Amino acid sequence: MAYKISDLKTDYQSDWCPGCGDFGILNAIMSALVDLQLDLNKVVLVSGIGCSGKTPHYINTAGIHTLHGRDIPFASGIKLANPELTVIVTGGDGNTYGIGAGHFLNAGRRNIDITCLVFNNGVYGLTKGQASPTLKLGMKTKSLPLPNINEAINPLVVAISCGYTFVARSYAYDVKHLKEIIKQAILHKGLSLVDILQPCPSYNDIHTKEYFEQVVNNSKRIYKLEETGYDGEIKDPNNPEEIQQKLLQAITKSQEWGEKIPIGVFYKINLPTLTDRLKERYKNDINPSKDNIEQNGKPTTDISKLIEEIEVKRYIRG
Amino acid sequence: MKRINNFTWLIGGPQGSGVDSSANTFAKTCASIGLYIFGKREYHSNIKGAHSYYPITVSEKPIRSHTDSIDILATFEKETLTLHKENVVENGIIIFDKDYDVDLNHNKYTLVPLPFNDIIKEAAVKFQREKDYSKLQIMRNVITVAASLAILNLDAEYLIKTLESVFTGRRSKLLEINIFAANLTYEYIKSNSFNQKSIYELKPIENHESLVLTSGTTATAIGKIAGGCKFQTYYPITPASDESEYLEAHPEYGVVVVQTEDEIAAICMAIGASLAGVRASTSTSGPGFSLMAEAQGWAGINEVPVVIFNYQRGGPSTGLPTRHEQGDLEFALHAGHSEFPRIVLSPGDIEESFYLAIESFNLAEKYQLPVVFLSDKAIANSIQTVKSFNLSNIQIERGKMLSDKDLSILLEKEGKYKRFKITEDGISPRIILGQGTFWNTGDEHDEFGHICEESNNRTIMFDKRMRKMNTIIKELDISLKYRMYGPENADYTLIGWGSVKGPILDTLEELNKYYKINFLQIILLKPFPSEEILPIIKNSKMLIGIEMNYSGQLCNLIRKETGIKVNKRILKWNGRSFSREEIFKGVIDAINLDQENIVCKSGI
Repeated sequence: MAYKISDLKTDYQSDWCPGCGDFGILNAIMSALVDLQLDLNKVVLVSGIGCSGKTPHYINTAGIHTLHGRDIPFASGIKLANPELTVIVTGGDGNTYGIGAGHFLNAGRRNIDITCLVFNNGVYGLTKGQASPTLKLGMKTKSLPLPNINEAINPLVVAISCGYTFVARSYAYDVKHLKEIIKQAILHKGLSLVDILQPCPSYNDIHTKEYFEQVVNNSKRIYKLEETGYDGEIKDPNNPEEIQQKLLQAITKSQEWGEKIPIGVFYKINLPTLTDRLKERYKNDINPSKDNIEQNGKPTTDISKLIEEIEVKRYIRG
Repeated sequence: MKRINNFTWLIGGPQGSGVDSSANTFAKTCASIGLYIFGKREYHSNIKGAHSYYPITVSEKPIRSHTDSIDILATFEKETLTLHKENVVENGIIIFDKDYDVDLNHNKYTLVPLPFNDIIKEAAVKFQREKDYSKLQIMRNVITVAASLAILNLDAEYLIKTLESVFTGRRSKLLEINIFAANLTYEYIKSNSFNQKSIYELKPIENHESLVLTSGTTATAIGKIAGGCKFQTYYPITPASDESEYLEAHPEYGVVVVQTEDEIAAICMAIGASLAGVRASTSTSGPGFSLMAEAQGWAGINEVPVVIFNYQRGGPSTGLPTRHEQGDLEFALHAGHSEFPRIVLSPGDIEESFYLAIESFNLAEKYQLPVVFLSDKAIANSIQTVKSFNLSNIQIERGKMLSDKDLSILLEKEGKYKRFKITEDGISPRIILGQGTFWNTGDEHDEFGHICEESNNRTIMFDKRMRKMNTIIKELDISLKYRMYGPENADYTLIGWGSVKGPILDTLEELNKYYKINFLQIILLKPFPSEEILPIIKNSKMLIGIEMNYSGQLCNLIRKETGIKVNKRILKWNGRSFSREEIFKGVIDAINLDQENIVCKSGI
């Protein structure tokens, strides 16, 4: 029987602030799962540290709440150990683009088939509002004693340039849009980033719901790429010209910020995932979790060939 | 008097010039005639040019350590001569390039100047490879080995057999020219009667023991494969990478090897794989192990099996990256903030590395915790003839893992699965990702794995986890805790862990000619087997700790855990492992001198 949102809720009481963007994201994740009706035993949510890190506790699937910034490595290990699992990472902007930046980058090189949802609110909420890597230079949110002294990074550009094969942005309060993007990200074979703009009502008084939804020049500040005819998907991954054109288009588009903020799929390409590459290397489907390593307590791996390689061979005559 | 089948041969040269392969060829040939081998690789943190050397000790009886003194010094460059000639014994042999202008004492040593260039030229002409003359300089290695074996009066055919086993695959086209050069060298040695001047000799002996000649990293890697490890992560680091590269080079065993972006990712990925039910490990050395501290705590609080192989090297910081030390003990016992259950154990040699690697995965899964396998550079990079690995007694124990059927029965009975169910022995039934719903968190948690800051839960949950340490001490077989060697009721007890085992065992018999001495090797360092070793150490007249670190970290641990003071310490921290002579003299000094610490300094 199909499961509903109510089946996905846990008894664990949420402690996010009233009005937090996380609620929208939580709803969107659950709605996406309901739409996709994935086997819940095969879905794993992996999170880092921060408000976003608590997400798995609110959803009735296996949930691994890891260390600050290390959610992507944990998730990668899980996926490699059992590629049948659908692995979804929920991290924050400080978690993923700050302390976990090295992992965020290098996961791209692997194009591992996991989905990274980044709750991007520009601040470190749980530690009371310090500037995160996505807060722009000179901005002074109400929690900062002085304006931000660092420039911001653009996570979409970083993701595109280091090998993510699905790069999108959505908005926490547009649950419908976010749900659809999350579904696409989950279904995409390869590494996906969904950067989710998310107001922090407690500490970020600049990027508020009102700010994002404000009407500027007769239309909302946030607008949907798909409604403008933008198409970020590469139809032929063997066509270098198309790749080059879509890459530049995505990078240019992702620079747009201010009066207009685009959301939607910026870039998408189908390329072999790490599991595909391993299959080539091992000449076999690789799912270590299915390997039976013992039988009645005895090891099943035959190492006699390896021992033979190092065995002392004697050549005594007669 | 002839010294037959019992000597130390040393080859040295610039890094990248083939010192390792020469040593391996020499060792393999000696092993092929029934002898036992111990070889120690010494090298700089450098790709090409810096001095490296490799002593090989051979014997008719099993050996496990190197000697400071050199019987045969073989080299094709000057630096090795300058650095090592002082260690060559009287009547020892020095093989060197005849074109070098060096001042060597003719009266003290048997000098063997070799015409390397002439031999290489002749071979080049014969194989019409004159234009490759500079490339062919690599044959200095085979010439050096051939000269050594010729001087030792060993038939060339043994060397040729070894060369045939070495030059295979891509390199097989080099076999003929190398054999040619080897034969030329043999002729040169014989025609100049150098073999008659040598007091050393190699003679094939009957040896029916089934042996392997291997290094610590290889033995550990094979142990991992045998133990069902299917997931290995690493970030390149000396001296640990060799182990991961071995696994990577054998994809047919299905171990997924991931070279990660750093050691933090390495341990986190391994933990992730373990959560999905796979035996997972990561291998590193000190600097990487430092980076793994936080994640060890995560595995501890979430009770995830994971094995961390730390091949210790000289520290702190980058320290002596290619040299030996046992300086990480105290850190390994406590790495990470606060307290959590974990096992720290240490193999004493290459053979134990194989079996303990397998056992580490059993322990990790049985007790659901991180296991630190504390090896060291001296084990990692040495080669030794050891008893061939025997799998007949090996068990794979996965502990309290629930099958799908177990889980459905449990769910029917209890409604919900509790990953951290409070149990008497502290171990909760485990399911893996893909089987069902459970939560993990680095926060303190309730039985389900949800974050819980409630004070009473904290008291109970912390205690539940830590209780496993008592369960381990109660259940573990004594052979995984410590080993005793030598007479039972000795006056003096040597205590050590890790690679000091080799040189201690190699001197124990000799020492017992003078004093009644035994040796206590500690394998299990956490939880510490205090009750078990107490009867041994409290009856000894003098306890002598032997460690490759500055402060005697095991000695301190024994004091802390048992209240008993280790009377003397033989310590060394210059990056070069203990030699047999040093242990011998160190123990004699410890017994006789009124001084608590004996500091050893040998090695180049």
